[in-house]
Amino acid sequence: MTARLTARELTLRYGDRVVSARLTLDVPDGAFTAIVGPNACGKSTLLRAFVRLLKPADGQVTLDDRDVTAYPTKALARSLGFLPQDPVAPEDIRVRQLVARGRFPHQSLLSTWSAADEDAVTAAMEAAGVEDLADRPVHQLSGGQRQRTWIAVVLAQDTPYLLLDEPTSFLDITHQYQLLELLGGLRDQGRTVIAVLHDINQACRYADHLVAMKEGRIVAEGAAADIVDAVLLKEVFELPCVVVPDPVTGTPMVVPLPGASS
Amino acid sequence: MSALVLRGGPVSVRVERRTVVLTAVLLTLIAGVGLLGLSYGATWSSPAKVFDALSGGRGGVVIREWRLPRVAAALLFGAALGIAGAIFQNITRNPMGSPDIIGLDAGAYTGALVAITVLSGTSVQLAVGSVLGGAVAAAAVYLLSLGGGLSGLRLVVIGIAVNAILMALNSWIVLRADLEVAIAAVGWSAGSLNGVDWSDVRLPFGIIGLLLVAMVVRSQALHQDALGTELAVTTGVGVDRLRLQLVVIGVGLTATVTAVAGPIAFIALAAPQIGRRLAKAPGVPLLPAALTGALLLQGADLVAQMLLAPVSLPVGVVTTAIGGCYLIWLLTKEVRRP
Repeated sequence: MTARLTARELTLRYGDRVVSARLTLDVPDGAFTAIVGPNACGKSTLLRAFVRLLKPADGQVTLDDRDVTAYPTKALARSLGFLPQDPVAPEDIRVRQLVARGRFPHQSLLSTWSAADEDAVTAAMEAAGVEDLADRPVHQLSGGQRQRTWIAVVLAQDTPYLLLDEPTSFLDITHQYQLLELLGGLRDQGRTVIAVLHDINQACRYADHLVAMKEGRIVAEGAAADIVDAVLLKEVFELPCVVVPDPVTGTPMVVPLPGASS
Repeated sequence: MSALVLRGGPVSVRVERRTVVLTAVLLTLIAGVGLLGLSYGATWSSPAKVFDALSGGRGGVVIREWRLPRVAAALLFGAALGIAGAIFQNITRNPMGSPDIIGLDAGAYTGALVAITVLSGTSVQLAVGSVLGGAVAAAAVYLLSLGGGLSGLRLVVIGIAVNAILMALNSWIVLRADLEVAIAAVGWSAGSLNGVDWSDVRLPFGIIGLLLVAMVVRSQALHQDALGTELAVTTGVGVDRLRLQLVVIGVGLTATVTAVAGPIAFIALAAPQIGRRLAKAPGVPLLPAALTGALLLQGADLVAQMLLAPVSLPVGVVTTAIGGCYLIWLLTKEVRRP
């Protein structure tokens, strides 16, 4: 698999606290990459560096061999779409209006609502299953509906790369799987999906490429079937467990052992 | 919710029907209070006489040279203050983060006072002094609230404190000034349009016009910024540059108005929020803020002229009386907010 989006020798830090040092990652193109790891292992930080929200202290993130910081802001936003963990909606905004905000990188001073904008917004709302909520104020929605609305915002941005920070949080189990199926479908259409996921079993099941992180380092990466075993889980999550094949997909499934939390 | 979509060639735009209707209604009301302002004076003029004067008829000197600049100033300054308020309320994400509350008016007025007491007080000196004063006040508020970020109550509370200090400083400057200068300054300290004529407003109108054009160019990015820094950046807004530009525009508008009319309080605070509620639009929309500001200031100026006629009150007295009540209501609501 080829990579157009890469992190090269990346050192990331907040103030004096170094999160990652000399981290290198090639994001396989047209694949679903899941980043897993314990809390505060630097998954979100890495994602933020990819979308230029965090300036690397050293090293670089490149897209098509060009440093992402060298792209004009709007041009990069037409390539990389990002959904943060806890986005805020402007007061009194309705679902359709919020989803339309995803079109900003495609708009100009004179063109703020082209036919392409309208089609992309409609398609994004349908894909995320929020078309029936189009005229509802976002603040009145349930947590799950709101999360799906945000997904639609990023889909409307219509980027070849989708980076999502824990997109399944706030969703019930049905909607979690619907979202993962949706992301899988987008990958099948040729888009590159990079998601930070909490649930290791979901990550194993849906991701083509799994990246396991701990303390800012990449401990292992590759297809889930090749890398996920009890040894890795012990190392990354400090979780005693057995790994069995998922009865439906055959992908690795993690079953924690009793007394694992102690 | 219905919307109008206009497309032709490279141009495309979507407008909520409610915004179109609201704009038409506000423009009609503005035309009404504007006409009233042109008719009102020591002697009432009939609308026919006003139109005759506007089209250059004889005997229209009072209307053209006295009333018209005052009405034009009230409308344009009101719109400028409304926009400035909307800018800062958007940046701070707080309905109280408006330039008159966080000390920018007071700072601009300090600059203007220095220009008339230390220098000779020409209109260019006043304009430059006001802009510098407003910019210094904005920088002070920003630096003092660093760590708390641009948003939130922290910046507002620090702004209120800076405002109080600057008002005290302004009083001190007036007390120390020569009697003549002090009398001129006091009449103006509440914010007043009394005696405004064309020579006072030509330069400010030009500056405000340029700043409003700049604002139109950046308005979409301003609204995109309301999604929060993360999504604003990843959807293509250069937020650092945008926010700097917005602060420059907001301070420029506030200071330009203050240089001519003194610190007219509460228009910038109230107009954007009234406009937002009328338009039912997301965030703090700019056009309703501008139109509401123009309507409020011209309306307040009419009240100021009529209340104790023939004595004309400073318009700031009226806006402060009305706006003060609004601020109390807003404060009680904000403090209760989690």
